Formats: sequence, structure tokens, C-alpha cells
Amino acid sequence: MREYLLGNAAIARGLLEAGVGLVAGYPGTPSSEIIETMVDLKSEWLLHVEWSVNEKVALEVAAGASWTGRRAAATMKHVGLNVAADPFMTLAYLGVGAGLLLICADDPSCHSSQNEQDSRRYAQFAGIPCLDPKNPGEAKEMAVFAFELSEKFNIPVMLRPTTRVSHARADVELGPERSSPRSGQFVKNPARRVALPSHARPLHSELLAKQAAMEEALESAPWNSLALHGNVGIIASGIAGLYAKEAIFELDEDISLLCLGAYPLPKQLISRMLEHVSRVMVIEELEPVVEEQVQMLARKVNPHVEILGKGGFIPREGELDYLLVRNAIARMLGKAERVAAESAAVSILPPRPPSLCAGCSHRATYYAMRKVFGKNAVYPSDIGCYTMAVGMGTVDTCLCMGASITLASGIRFGGETEGICCSLGDSTFLHGGMTGLLNAAYNKARITVTILDNSTTAMTGHQPHPGTGTTARGEATSPVSIEALAKALGAGMVETVDPYHLDETVESFQRAKEYAGLSVIIARQPCVIKARRSGVRPKSFLVGEECKGCKICLDFGCPAIEFEKDKARINALCVGCGVCAAICPAGSIREVAK
Amino acid sequence: MRASECDLVIVGVGGQGVILISDVIGRAAVIAGKPVCGAETHGMAQRGGSVINHTRIGCQFSPMVASGGADVLLALEPGEALRFVHFLSPAGVVLVNTRPVLPSTVTCGRAEYPPLHKILSPIKARCRKLIAMDATALAEKAGTAQAMNVVMLGALAGYIPLSEDLILQALSLAVPPKFLEANKKAFALGKAEVE
Repeated sequence: MREYLLGNAAIARGLLEAGVGLVAGYPGTPSSEIIETMVDLKSEWLLHVEWSVNEKVALEVAAGASWTGRRAAATMKHVGLNVAADPFMTLAYLGVGAGLLLICADDPSCHSSQNEQDSRRYAQFAGIPCLDPKNPGEAKEMAVFAFELSEKFNIPVMLRPTTRVSHARADVELGPERSSPRSGQFVKNPARRVALPSHARPLHSELLAKQAAMEEALESAPWNSLALHGNVGIIASGIAGLYAKEAIFELDEDISLLCLGAYPLPKQLISRMLEHVSRVMVIEELEPVVEEQVQMLARKVNPHVEILGKGGFIPREGELDYLLVRNAIARMLGKAERVAAESAAVSILPPRPPSLCAGCSHRATYYAMRKVFGKNAVYPSDIGCYTMAVGMGTVDTCLCMGASITLASGIRFGGETEGICCSLGDSTFLHGGMTGLLNAAYNKARITVTILDNSTTAMTGHQPHPGTGTTARGEATSPVSIEALAKALGAGMVETVDPYHLDETVESFQRAKEYAGLSVIIARQPCVIKARRSGVRPKSFLVGEECKGCKICLDFGCPAIEFEKDKARINALCVGCGVCAAICPAGSIREVAK
Repeated sequence: MRASECDLVIVGVGGQGVILISDVIGRAAVIAGKPVCGAETHGMAQRGGSVINHTRIGCQFSPMVASGGADVLLALEPGEALRFVHFLSPAGVVLVNTRPVLPSTVTCGRAEYPPLHKILSPIKARCRKLIAMDATALAEKAGTAQAMNVVMLGALAGYIPLSEDLILQALSLAVPPKFLEANKKAFALGKAEVE
């Protein structure tokens, strides 16, 4: 049976077909839908699915399950692997029980990320196999294959889809579900589970010794395919293989093609290509991982072969697309390039940047924060919807999950004398902010930390977290109190406000500004998207005739406020938060009685 | 020989239901036994930003339509039609909903939304055929403005190599049963508009 599946849903399906027993992850575009799909899939073998507190936690939970003999997977986005890098590197030494799969979704072009790091480098660094799918169907097959590979070589395996695989859709053939044990047991084996120096040294040797065998096994993997034709060749990895195939089809050229999808790379296949051609182009997104290997092999196999790729033909940043690949190949062949159609008259179009929703409480919190701390204060911020408020003047930094608090501390210790008020979301605080808050308290940083608590992980699609009181599967669990956490971590002043009550929020920020220590403001109001979905009936507001057209409400930036014929107007997007009514100096915005 | 039987680009604003259209087409193609693939926008861009979906029917290559290669550009918002018109082949067809969605840059008074004719004329200049309709009004007529995307799907049905029966069959799989009647009505109104 075939189904039209999102890449991430196809991966989830693959996990099921592999008989996975546990899946853990932290949300992050483009990886989030894998766990969201798992939650809905019914399987008698799947024991546990969780949203973990962060990626390090997810990978460790998955490793633990693997050590009980259950197949396990951890999901994350590429930058999440930075958080999980600590267990990641040493798990390669310790190995697995049942198969352990790390699914790490890369985001070339930074569609929804702060960088575009290439996770193939990480796999190479750790010395573990990496599977680089070209489409959803292959991603599903690879998810199944990865567990077998992991068990065969006693090593974690990485599956590395990119945005154009995770968020592609395709018709995918569904396979049968594999049965698996319903309970596991941890088997004590200190030499393989306790990374003491005396254990780590031989395990490192073992890891290095595995490399050749893994490479040998992957030579014949179905994801690597060689078709020898003319004496010009293309070596392409992952989705670049699809672009290359389409270009060869369209250009109707007799080109040799090696498509790669599994690392460590198949040296024999690459050598056969290099012996056959006089010129070869390596096409891969981001880093020259394949190209470097090809260069090294060519020295041994065919030093005269001309190797093209990064540095002129294929960019090292951004994602590839069909036209870019087609034109690179055409240029190599001395054929005409096809000029990309120019964007038409777009200059007349207003920009449409993503922005905070109408009635988003973050906007109100930032308004109050700015009003109290002023334009000279420093506003370190973080990763979440609220980063989109960069235009409000309250987002001065965005580095990585939780870095708002630590950057704020460093900025203070660096000698900054102005007010410092940082902000991060509830999920981000629980993910990577708690240690920073503890550090700020311990080292006596005089800063204000604002936790923008909309009681969900909004940006990635409203996943629950430990503060919400529900698990990934919707079961009730005890919600953690962010107030109690902040106090326990050492904040001297902790206050909770409803940002829709602007006056009270302003007063609270005022007290925090004057407080001679570490203060925490928790600005709590549910995400408007979630509130709407759960059926909260909005209030209605209108602008009265007395509007003077001062545009102060417009500067607030809520998409529900428009300006028409010298007067403000509330449009249909309004959710009735009432904040604009508190801002209007003429008092002309008021609630409509129902 | 073409690399794809039909290349579609569907554009709009986050929340308008672009993904539903491609999902219905994809499901219909699967029922028809045709290979199909596509690429969509998730994540940050969805928060009121521009969204673009590529759908390729009868294609086994990459999921993205090349610039200048789309047979049909289906736009749920006029400004977005212009923003992405470079994807269209000169022999292509544009179907556009004329009801604007004002971006925050306009509602805040930092930018202006151009009049409709200024948006449509450069589009007209670079396609074989342009069909414009107030799909939002038609959806309201069908019972819910939310079904605007399905009005546009109805308008699109005659321009893709999939039978109407299959598309309706796929639609019934993709929308909740209680909204199916209104959606079928919306589909019929969109279809009638282009006939």
C-alpha cells in the first residue's frame, strides 16, 4: 500500500516498521513531526514516546532503553545535537544494546534555524555511520536499515534528513510492522557501560577498528548506486542525487553517476568512478565531506582526474536546487546555462515577514519591559517565537537555547552599567535556561530574567513540556512550578504577572529594575493559538469616534490594528486581549458589550 | 520527455490552508497510481509569513519545482501570486484569489498594499492565462470563509491530470466529515467559476 506522507511521518513509519520500543526528542524545525506522528501511531511494541526536556536528555534516555535491549531512537534538529554532543561522542565508544538511532534533521539555508551546520561532520567526528536520505521513501527505508546496522556493528547510527526531506511529501510504500520484545532488562557490563579511562582506551581502539568493516558493509548498501557511462562523472550525496538525475535527464547527456546515501563512504565505488572518468563533479549541500574523500582517493587511484565542486561550481552555504545543479553541470559540459526567471515587480509588494500573532502576550510583555527599562538597557533574548519581536527593541541577542541568561550575566560582569533585562520562553527556560539562572544566582549577577510563559512550545507547533502538566501522549503528569524553580535556583525576587494587565506588568518590571540582585519576572498568558483552539471565546474591541489618529496603538505592532482614513480600526484578527485599550492615550479603544 | 507530468506551485499566507490543497492532490495522485512528490513550508515562516508549496504530479525526481517551470501557479492571495510568479513557465496558467491579506507591515502603516490591477498586470504579462476570482466570497457563499482553499482547489481541478472524482475522493479523506458538505459546495463553486 502506498500513502502520500510527509518525510517526517515516513520516518516515524520506518521506526514503527523497525519495531522501535522507545522514541525521545526535543522539538525543533525541521524534526518535530517525527514524534508528533509517533504519538498518533498505534503499535503494541512501542512502549514509550516522550518529549524530553532537551536533546541531551533525549539521547541519554534513548541510550538507556537501547541498553535494555529495546530498539530506541532520539530525534532533534541539527543544533540540538550540539546540546547532545556530550553523550553522542562517548556513546560511539560504549556502543548499543539493541539498535540506537539518532535522527538529526539539518536545515540548509536556515529556513528556521540560527545556523546551517552539517551533521555529516558530526557523524564523521564521532566515527559513526550516517545515512543521508534523498526523499521520504528512502528516509523510511533507512530508518529500518539503521537499526540493523547499529546492531551489527554495536554502534549508534545517525539518520540525517534535511528540510527538503523532512518537509517533503511523496508517495511511500508501507511495509509490515516488525514485532519486538515488550520488556527489556539492563545487563551489567562495566567494561562497556562505564567510561572510565581504563575502559575508554580499548573502546576507542575498537571504534577505530570498526571503521573499515562498516565501510565494507556500506559499499553494497542500496543507498549508494553507481552507473558508469561517459568519461565525465557526477558524484552526488542525498537530495543532490535527485537534482543531478533530473539534470542529466533534461540535458540528455551520457554522464556517469554515483549517488551516495551512506557514510563512511564506499571507497571502492568512488575508486571505480575515478578510474573511469577524466573529470568529475562532486555535488553535495553544505560541507565538502564527500569532496574531501574524493580528493584523497584520487591521489591514489587517478591523480590526473579533474575534480570540480566547491569553490566555483557548488556553493558551500545554503541549500541546492534543481536549476543551480543543472547549471553547474551545464557549465562543466560547456553547454548553455538556463537563466533563472527574474522575480517580477516584487518591489511594489509590501514585505510579509513572519510576525507575532494578533494578541500575542509576548508583545505586551516586551512593551511593558521597554517602557520600564528604556532604550539604553540591554536586552539579551533567546530562541522562540519572541525572537520575531526583534523590531520592538527588546531583542538584542539570540545565540542558542538558554543563552539569554548567561549572555546577560557576562554582559553585566563585562562592565555594562545600564539595565539588563533578558527574556526567554518557558520551554527554552526548562531546556537550557535553568543552569544559566543557577549560575547567575551563584555568581551574583544583577540582571532581570523574564520568562515569557505561554505554557507551550509554540514556535515548533505547540508541544507540551514539563510545565504544562501533560506528556507527549497527552497523559496527565505533575506540572513543574516555574516560580518554585526560579526560587530554588536562587533568584532573590520572583514575581508572576499577566501581561494582558499592562499596569501590573509595568509595576512588576519597575520593582525588578530597582531590585539590587537577581530578579525573575514570569509573564504568564497562554499562547493565543492554543487558547483559540481550546475554544476560549474572545472579547471584542472597537475604536471609538474620539480616536485622534496619534498612531500610538499602531506602533504597538499588533496585526489586529489597522489605520484607515486618519483613524485606527480593529480588524477581525483581534483576540480581545485588550492591551491596546490600555495603551491608547485618548481612551478611545473599548470593549464591545455582547 | 518531461521530468514531471505536471508541476504545481501553490502559494499563500500562513494559515490559509495551502498544505491541505497539496495533501488532497497528493492523495488523489496516489489513488491514481501516479508517482507524486512535493515540498512545503513549516516552522517560522508560518507565523503570518509567505508560504509556498511545490507539488509535482507524475514525477520521480526532486520535490521542488524549478524557477520558470511551473505549469500552474495557484495563489490564495494576490500579492503572493506576484511574489512567486517567477516559478511559472511562460506557457503556464495562474489561478488567483483576489482577496488580499494585509501583512503587518501594511496594517502598521510602514508599507502600502498596491491596488489589485498593479498586482495582476505584471502577472498577466508573463503567463498564458490568468484567472482571478474572489474565492473568499465564494467560500462564504458555500457556508464558511475557511473553505476558500477548497474553492481554489475546485478552480484548479480542470488544470491538473487527475480526475474530479479522484480529487473529491481524496478531499473526503482529508477534511473532517462534519465539514465535508460545505467543502464539496466550495469545490463546486470554484470549479464553476473557471468554466
